[in-house]
Amino acid sequence: MSLLDVRDLSVVFQRRGEQPFTAVDKVSFTVEPGQTVGLVGESGCGKSVTSLAIMGLLPKRGNKVSGEVLFDGADLLKLRRDDMRDRRGRDIGMIFQDPLSSLNPVIPIGVQVAEVLERHQGRDRKQALREARELLDAVGIPDPDRRLKEYPHQISGGMRQRALIAIALACKPRLLIADEPTTALDVTIQAQILTLLKQLVDETGTALIMITHDLGVVAGLCDTVNVLYGGKVVERARRHELFAQPRHPYTHGLLNSVPRLDSIRGERLHAIRGSVADNIPWGEGCAFAPRCDNVVDACLEGPPPLEPTATGGDLRCNNPVSEEVAVP
Amino acid sequence: MTEPTTQAGPPAPRRKGERPGRTGGNVNRLGDRKKARLEELAQASAGKGGVSLFRDAMRRLRRNPAAIVGATIIALFVLVAIFAPLIAPHDPVQRFDELTSKLAADNIPGPTAGFPLGSDELGRDLLSRLIYGSRQTLFVGVLATLIGLAIGVLLGAIAGAFGGWVDNILMRVTDVMLALPALLLAITLVALASRSSQWTVILAVAIVNVPIFARLLRGSMLAQRESDHVLAARALGVKQRSIVLRHMLPNAMTAVIVQATLTLSVAIIEAASLSFLGLGDPDRDRAEWGAMLGDAGVRYFEVRPELAYYPALAIIVVALGFTLLGEAMREAIDPKNRR
Repeated sequence: MSLLDVRDLSVVFQRRGEQPFTAVDKVSFTVEPGQTVGLVGESGCGKSVTSLAIMGLLPKRGNKVSGEVLFDGADLLKLRRDDMRDRRGRDIGMIFQDPLSSLNPVIPIGVQVAEVLERHQGRDRKQALREARELLDAVGIPDPDRRLKEYPHQISGGMRQRALIAIALACKPRLLIADEPTTALDVTIQAQILTLLKQLVDETGTALIMITHDLGVVAGLCDTVNVLYGGKVVERARRHELFAQPRHPYTHGLLNSVPRLDSIRGERLHAIRGSVADNIPWGEGCAFAPRCDNVVDACLEGPPPLEPTATGGDLRCNNPVSEEVAVP
Repeated sequence: MTEPTTQAGPPAPRRKGERPGRTGGNVNRLGDRKKARLEELAQASAGKGGVSLFRDAMRRLRRNPAAIVGATIIALFVLVAIFAPLIAPHDPVQRFDELTSKLAADNIPGPTAGFPLGSDELGRDLLSRLIYGSRQTLFVGVLATLIGLAIGVLLGAIAGAFGGWVDNILMRVTDVMLALPALLLAITLVALASRSSQWTVILAVAIVNVPIFARLLRGSMLAQRESDHVLAARALGVKQRSIVLRHMLPNAMTAVIVQATLTLSVAIIEAASLSFLGLGDPDRDRAEWGAMLGDAGVRYFEVRPELAYYPALAIIVVALGFTLLGEAMREAIDPKNRR
């Protein structure tokens, strides 16, 4: 059985007097124990909403979540609020994008790490602080004794993210959701944090959902990648297949728009036409059609289905990029 | 002319060639000393532990001249209030024969030997009454602010934490209270009490300031509720109670604490205004600046205007002290001013 089995997860934002907006549209994917799964897409494609829906952290009002989120066979969406609260932080950890704003500015780092241990493992403060020290050490924070007493604004961005990782992993959750964990960091620190995540995931056997818009992050870390567009999965493939043979024109475009060291100087970087604002609703066709280079008539006649590919992935496209065309 | 060439040219290779060991040793020794110094610095800062936002703000506060002036005024005021019996030359209640003998409808004695500021309208020592008046001002001002703060924080926290209809009802009530001018509301509240005393003044001033605290805290609680670190805490399964008390409230309180300092000056003026209007403590023996200003200051203004000047000046200076400190605190706590 999969550790996490998301089935037809939909999130519809509905505000009184406004058109409902489908942020996540029947997204399904699975995460096996110890596996790293990527959710990739540009801003507004529903990646973060998906993760918040899994965690049950969407606001109580103004949205409708449907589908199933089976964690160990139990549907998280049907859990009572208290039961879900007990699971958050213990069974599923989460790391957010901005490490400074994700830490409480008025509580020392050590206490913030200790808090989650006290909450879920019933430790007393003293014991929790001792364990917090070890955790900070484990995520590579130098001089952990000193950092325990320091406040978030006193330590560097990289260290803050390490502290957040320590907090998220404190209770040894079986699943870690990292929502753009490196976006707010500069490139050298990004690499360190990714290396750390990879190492911790390997050591502890924690499954990881990596949410990112950065294909470079995916390339180094993920076993399977789900590419989201307009709230739907448009392509799913194992990492190697995805990079070697992107089939969906959107994935293809994303990979083409990554600057490369061996590109010709002065050559313009490839860009996908238009923006997310050009999407058409999935009900009328393929949301990506207005921006697609491969668009055919069928694309405007209804949503293309998600179909298995020969290489073991899934693809939602009427006219995929042919398999012969490799990324330049 | 030969010297520069010898200095510029040969020395470098000579040093290299002749004393390689010593140069190396020098560098090493320097490194050791530097290392030791760094170690020392690291240990010094390690011992200090974390610098909280509060301590950081205090540091910035100390560098602000307005804060220093305000704090000095407040410190003097508080010291005078505490040590009034030691500082005051006379009993503030006693009528002195040497003053009463000279009292007349058109004459109130000015400064004489032993009475530096002269007499009040009843032959009491004006200076002593001013000094004792600071006690009443401090007591009423601080207590009214604290009570207003406590009730306001409670209501604001409830409104901000729960939202929904609780929030709606509380905020409509504060809207009504804020719609009325503060002093008018305070007068009404005092008038509602069957018997006026200093407690009615304290309560009236406190209640007038409740909606200000409540609204302010509610606003920052709402901002906190949407903040990333509260979301992060929820993602860790932290219980609702802890989220409100440990994650939202402490972060939302900074604005309220600044407001409390500013409110102190408002409360002092409001309390003095009520006394001025004769709505304060009916005990005429008790020295109170607002009452002194209202009773004697107005009635005998043409005979001896100092009876009005001194208490008025005292009220203004003390209120200014709290305002200066409050504004400086607001600046110090404002995250935009962080270096």
